[in-house]
Amino acid sequence: MVRGGIETMIPEQLKAEVKGLNFYYESHQALKNICLPIADRRITALIGPSGCGKTTYLRCFNRMHDLYPNNRYEGEIILFPDGLNIVDPKVDPIEVRMRISMVFQKPNPFPKTLFENVAYGLRVRGEKKKSLIEEKVVRALKQAALWEEVKDRIHDLAFNLSGGQQQRLCIARALATEPEILLFDEPTSALDPTATSKIEELIIQLKKEVTIIIVTHNMQQAARVSDYTAFMYLGEIIEFDKTDKVFTNPSKKLTEDYITGRFG
Amino acid sequence: MKERAIENSLLLSALSSIFVSLAIVFVLFFEAFAFFKVVTVWEFITGKQWTPLFAQPKFGILPLVSGTLLVTSIAVGVALPIGLIVAVYLSEYAPFKIKEVAKPILEILAAVPTVVYGYFALLFLTPILQKFIPNLSGFNALSPGIIMGIMIIPYVSSVSEDAMKAVPMQIREGSYAMGATKFQTAFRVVIPSAFSGIAAAFIIGISRAIGETMVVAIAAGMMPNWTWNPLEPIQTLTAYIVGVSLGDLPHGTLEYQTIFAAGITLFLMTLFLNILGFWFRKRIREVY
Amino acid sequence: MISEDQTIVQIRKKIARNELRDYLFSIIGLLATLIGFVLLFTLIIDLLIDGFPRLGWQFFTSYPSRFPEKAGILSAWVGTTLVMVVTAATAVPLGIATGIYLEEYARKNWLTHLIEINMNNLAGVPSIIYGLLALGLFVYFFKFGESILTGGLTLGLLILPMVVIATRESIRAIPNSIREASYALGATKWQTIKDHILPYSFGGVLTGIIIGLSRAIGETAPIITVGALTFIAFLPSSPVTAEFPFLSFKWLFDPFTVMPIQMFNWVSRPQKGFHLNAAAAGIILLIMTLLMNGFAIYLRHRFRKRIKW
Repeated sequence: MVRGGIETMIPEQLKAEVKGLNFYYESHQALKNICLPIADRRITALIGPSGCGKTTYLRCFNRMHDLYPNNRYEGEIILFPDGLNIVDPKVDPIEVRMRISMVFQKPNPFPKTLFENVAYGLRVRGEKKKSLIEEKVVRALKQAALWEEVKDRIHDLAFNLSGGQQQRLCIARALATEPEILLFDEPTSALDPTATSKIEELIIQLKKEVTIIIVTHNMQQAARVSDYTAFMYLGEIIEFDKTDKVFTNPSKKLTEDYITGRFG
Repeated sequence: MKERAIENSLLLSALSSIFVSLAIVFVLFFEAFAFFKVVTVWEFITGKQWTPLFAQPKFGILPLVSGTLLVTSIAVGVALPIGLIVAVYLSEYAPFKIKEVAKPILEILAAVPTVVYGYFALLFLTPILQKFIPNLSGFNALSPGIIMGIMIIPYVSSVSEDAMKAVPMQIREGSYAMGATKFQTAFRVVIPSAFSGIAAAFIIGISRAIGETMVVAIAAGMMPNWTWNPLEPIQTLTAYIVGVSLGDLPHGTLEYQTIFAAGITLFLMTLFLNILGFWFRKRIREVY
Repeated sequence: MISEDQTIVQIRKKIARNELRDYLFSIIGLLATLIGFVLLFTLIIDLLIDGFPRLGWQFFTSYPSRFPEKAGILSAWVGTTLVMVVTAATAVPLGIATGIYLEEYARKNWLTHLIEINMNNLAGVPSIIYGLLALGLFVYFFKFGESILTGGLTLGLLILPMVVIATRESIRAIPNSIREASYALGATKWQTIKDHILPYSFGGVLTGIIIGLSRAIGETAPIITVGALTFIAFLPSSPVTAEFPFLSFKWLFDPFTVMPIQMFNWVSRPQKGFHLNAAAAGIILLIMTLLMNGFAIYLRHRFRKRIKW
């Protein structure tokens, strides 16, 4: 990937730019010189075989790796419009996480009520006004297409929801804090097909309001949902382009082999 | 930087365990040191008379050690085989319903205060034993030894059972597939595989018996006695400390320091056992 | 063929013998398991026969006396209650804080290893050694004297490993995905601990505390060593006073006795009358211990139902 060419790779406004990102677990290098644009309010998908590093890459965006010892970032992820380098060690990870939210692979609601789950992000930011919290919780639940189903039991325990509903709850929880980027880590791999398609519809809706990066091992999902797709292999970006182009006319043979199922 | 302050105060709490260990060692050694300035180590570990409060005091620790070891041997002789058998039975044989009843009962057995066991040993078991053993003295080593043994069964059985549960089912299946019975599988396959864990269980039992105080203080007597006869009254290290503490002992006197001398002996014995137990438990982790 | 038949007969004989041994062992195993039950049963009956008649209002509200019929456990159960307050105040904060530190903050370095080794070792130290520690450290060095404060601190240190272990296990049961969800929303470490780790581990921690306290109630040896008296005919100063500031801490420094010591004292007397008193005290001790353990198990059950990981 040519560094200078990033800004011209896509004709759109950028929300973020990854420049020369390397990542090390202890001495093992998991990400090699990643350079990618993240288009503002578009969905960028990351595909690749198991272990290629896509989740590792995603977790750099909200500094999840900081939670565990012996991890190291090199390079930059620049956030626009202010130009903050997300992976700069001098930048507080908490600040990053307040601007970038994540939805995990397996739904992980807190053992609290639905309301308290969605409200938690707001409380952490010191929000105390009850009316404001209520307003934002309801808005988030509507954005996550969950409000109609749960509006009568918003003070029930989250554990009582179905798998698909729990995942939408987690999406609402991530949306309540009005993030600038929303990260999805294989969000439907633990769900049944009906729940999956509901969430895919939801994600497409959401891009109007927030930039989305989604990691998925399901190529059809990437093709259905995303605007741009990056194909990763062994920690490197092999190809990046508009989703249509990547899936119908990939420029690298490796990409084509993966997409046609020759490996992975 | 509230986060930092919180982390540091939590660290301080965690360091308390080190502080307690150091304090124990320090207090014991400090007082014992004063003791050994007056009494030679040689007299201490070889003398067969312990009469520190007499006009002509003697400071040989052997009677207390023999008392401790005698009662411990009896207790261990009861607890280890029975504990192991119970563990094998519960782990390999017992139907679910029996396990449901047996486990809580064993937990209760371990939870009963030791004074109550002491009461039982002195006032119930000793008179009964005296009917069968006419020259059994009112205070003796046999009765508390037996009660202590039963008291320790839950410790031995639960740790042994955990060790046996950790043996994978595939190993058992290999044995059954060859036509072995439960008994053969349990004793020839499971127990050897769980050996480290069972050894650790035994050591826990022995350590518990050595450190036991009230049962022996009540039922074994308060007379140091260099003997291996379980029918006579004896005094253990632990009972001696209690006996002296019941009376009035001015701080700083030699008599006061004797309880620390006994204490340090006890401490070293259990420390040795703990280290042994730790070593065995390390071995378990290496096997699986 | 003849030899084959004989072999089959021999095999069947062997199998029969093995199965007999199996069956015999299952009987032996059952009997061994019953030994504990028999002991417990006999113990309880024996206590009840001797002690039950002595239970009553008079027993609970009288001081010990030279006359067995007049003696009671007033000073003993008040002493036990006050000592338990100090014990809990020592072991609970220290134990929970240590547990949180070891599970959420500690890195795998030599210091953490040292702390853990110490914790495991302390769990195996005989209780009377804690008494000697307290004698040297609290009674004489800190000059707390032979008081409720000393007794409570001693027992607090004794049950500290139990609280730490219970805290650690409860915290470990919380799946990592919950922590990640909290951090991903921008929470700090302490916020995650305060809002999630502590509330979700509460049930297990409480269970551990109650079991620890039930053990402390029955402890005798270390309390005797720090100088609890065996014959006290008065109560410690009241924590609540009539004038401002309405709260007094003088009771912490008063001499005291506890229930197991009272029972020990009575058992050691030759008169049968005192033995009856001892049995009655024993019944009370047993009930307290069993109730607390039972309550702890019930709590553990209820909390497990509420939070299903």
